[in-house]
Amino acid sequence: MARSIKKGPYIDHNLERKVLSMNETSKKSVVKTWSRRSMISPDFVGHTFAVHNGNKFIPVYVTENMVGHKLGEFAPTRTFRGHSEKKR
Amino acid sequence: MARIAGIDLPKNKRGEIGLTYIYGIGRSTAQRILNEAGISYDVKVEEWTDDQLATIRTLINDEIKVEGALRSEVQLNIKRLMDIGCYRGLRHRKGLPVRGQRTKNNSRTRKGKRKTVANKKKATK
Repeated sequence: MARSIKKGPYIDHNLERKVLSMNETSKKSVVKTWSRRSMISPDFVGHTFAVHNGNKFIPVYVTENMVGHKLGEFAPTRTFRGHSEKKR
Repeated sequence: MARIAGIDLPKNKRGEIGLTYIYGIGRSTAQRILNEAGISYDVKVEEWTDDQLATIRTLINDEIKVEGALRSEVQLNIKRLMDIGCYRGLRHRKGLPVRGQRTKNNSRTRKGKRKTVANKKKATK
């Protein structure tokens, strides 16, 4: 079920704070985050996030199209490299 | 013969059903259109007068996205998902179910015909 619109988008506070302070000082640096559940807000565009996928951090460069998605959608948690080849 | 949005409507069906032959119009949209045009649901498509047909046509033209325009919009939405590299886009690329259904078995609609992998011969003793 989708989140109630009344509540507004969910963004982890410390993540939002970090991005906003970076916007103020117009600095760009990779933000390491575990907060896969945070919605990408328009403020995030142009920044790079290192999103944890449970194992390591996946760099995600945020573009305008990504607004409204969550950070976790861009860091896949499963690796599937196909079924094993049958050996003779 | 009633022709709306480049589609020939079946002439011996009730208006409510006939309109659903247009891509992008289902039962509820069809009912809404007929309500606004002031036509009973039960009037057959062939029994519409030219005036009624014209009002329906303008209603559909002005308010609803149908057929080609709608199809291309859907395709663009899917393309956007694939381009930004999010999870749903990856699923579209791989032709697997997008909304978290199981893929251990079933989901043949997305995956297509079964591709059988030859099973290994049992070791003979």
